[in-house]
Amino acid sequence: MSRFGLFTLLSDFIYAEWSILQINNVKDNFAISPHFMHKQISSIAIYTVLEALRNRLSWLIIIVLFIGVGLSGFLNALALTESQQTQVALLAAFLRFAAAFLLATFVVTSMVREFNDKGLELLLSLALPRAAYLLGKFLGFALLAIVPACLFGLLTLLFSNALQSALWTISLVCELWIIVAFAMLCVLSFNQIMTALSATLGFYLLARSITALQLIAKEAQVETSNSQQVMGALMNAIAAVIPHLDQFTKTDWLVYHTGQLQDLNPIAIQSTICVGLLVGAGLFDLYRKNI
Amino acid sequence: MRERPLSNVPKSALSLLVLAFCAQLAWHFTQPAVSAKAENLMPPPSLPTLRLAAFGEPIAFSKLSMLYLQAFDNQAGVQRAFQQLDYVQVEAWLARTIALDPQSQYPLFAASQLYAEVKDEPKQRRMLDFIYQQFLLDPNHRWKALAHATSLARHRLKDLPLAQKYAQAIRLHATAPEVPSWAKQMEIFLLEDMNELEHARILLGGLLQSGQIKDPHEFKFLEQRLIGLEKAQAATNQTRKQTPSPVTTP
Repeated sequence: MSRFGLFTLLSDFIYAEWSILQINNVKDNFAISPHFMHKQISSIAIYTVLEALRNRLSWLIIIVLFIGVGLSGFLNALALTESQQTQVALLAAFLRFAAAFLLATFVVTSMVREFNDKGLELLLSLALPRAAYLLGKFLGFALLAIVPACLFGLLTLLFSNALQSALWTISLVCELWIIVAFAMLCVLSFNQIMTALSATLGFYLLARSITALQLIAKEAQVETSNSQQVMGALMNAIAAVIPHLDQFTKTDWLVYHTGQLQDLNPIAIQSTICVGLLVGAGLFDLYRKNI
Repeated sequence: MRERPLSNVPKSALSLLVLAFCAQLAWHFTQPAVSAKAENLMPPPSLPTLRLAAFGEPIAFSKLSMLYLQAFDNQAGVQRAFQQLDYVQVEAWLARTIALDPQSQYPLFAASQLYAEVKDEPKQRRMLDFIYQQFLLDPNHRWKALAHATSLARHRLKDLPLAQKYAQAIRLHATAPEVPSWAKQMEIFLLEDMNELEHARILLGGLLQSGQIKDPHEFKFLEQRLIGLEKAQAATNQTRKQTPSPVTTP
């Protein structure tokens, strides 16, 4: 978003804040009622979504969609058998990674720019609790995550049935919410695009391969040397604190139609816990910041 | 952001851009064309390494691995390319690919319809054995490849005991209701005096009737294989007719 856009956003936001303050007649130390805080969270979420839409993110998503279709169509033509399965497997894998990458990049660049433009300081100088800012931002990014997930999910309908596509889409939304929460935490911690983006992508790839890493560590433990024991224990410790994203958004559902509604239960529970943990860590970090 | 006119760009910068672009194209066309040479097929990484490299997408990675392996034989003079391939590596790649995605039929299809068709008996036997071993792991799902392997053993290798062993394995192990009865009765066909074309007709006709072949690429491939067999059979018959029969003296 351009600088002009940011100032428009801020001026709109200040006006909205002022209006809300007038309506609610908040006077004493800007005491915040839950209803008022909900409105603040909604305002920030709406402006976050608006920023993304004005930032041509939707065009980028559509371009990615076409690239995915073209690439997987090319590979389909090469396959001697299972051509449609080959196409949908590669398309789903590509779209899943692209969605996570685009969203993580947007979250990181958007928040870092806001920090650099002193937008956060300006917002916090208003009657705005830090929690409202962070939750509003998260809500906005979470709403935004639904856009690529639904578009990509609709595309998979061409190759799979409605239930399997729906499962894949819902799971992708959950996966993207975790990525959003982690990217926000990284921005709050590092304040720099490159570090935050690298950490987010590192986390994403680790979460997707943690089961394979655990299996490797377990195999290595057959030879019981101390270093291998330590590595195994370390892997298990990491596995205990990060979500197992290889269990999310399974390509099997689209290729072999093996998904069932119950498969979403562990994904929903894991996503809720993980997002809660990451947002909690983000709040902890933001409240400790000396802004 | 509005852009300034093209005339604002210094001529030196424009020249650099054009020259560098031309140099890139020239460099590209001086390089040898990329081709997958049979002798360059490396052994596959271990299964845990492949799982790690798949980043939680084993199915997509398995499909990509198959397309990669296929690149080593999908070139002019297919038979020659197969002869050059190191079948130990080919088998290892197929085994890894099927381990990544056990539900996939692609590796077994390639083993039976491509790699086992090579005119090299040890290589054929290796592929047939691979198909048999993989069949035993999931008979109700992998009988199609073994049915074709049975035909190859009977007509290409002329090894009736081996063909009977495979046909018997289908009868004993592939017991699911979706396995067609003709596949379970392959032992009977083997004992009858049929040529390869007749056998292939039963196989393909049976597969088409039972609706087992849904993929258009696979359908086309098998259809072309059948046409090829028919042509070969017709040519053989014609040669027999043209050859004068020995004159028998009373």
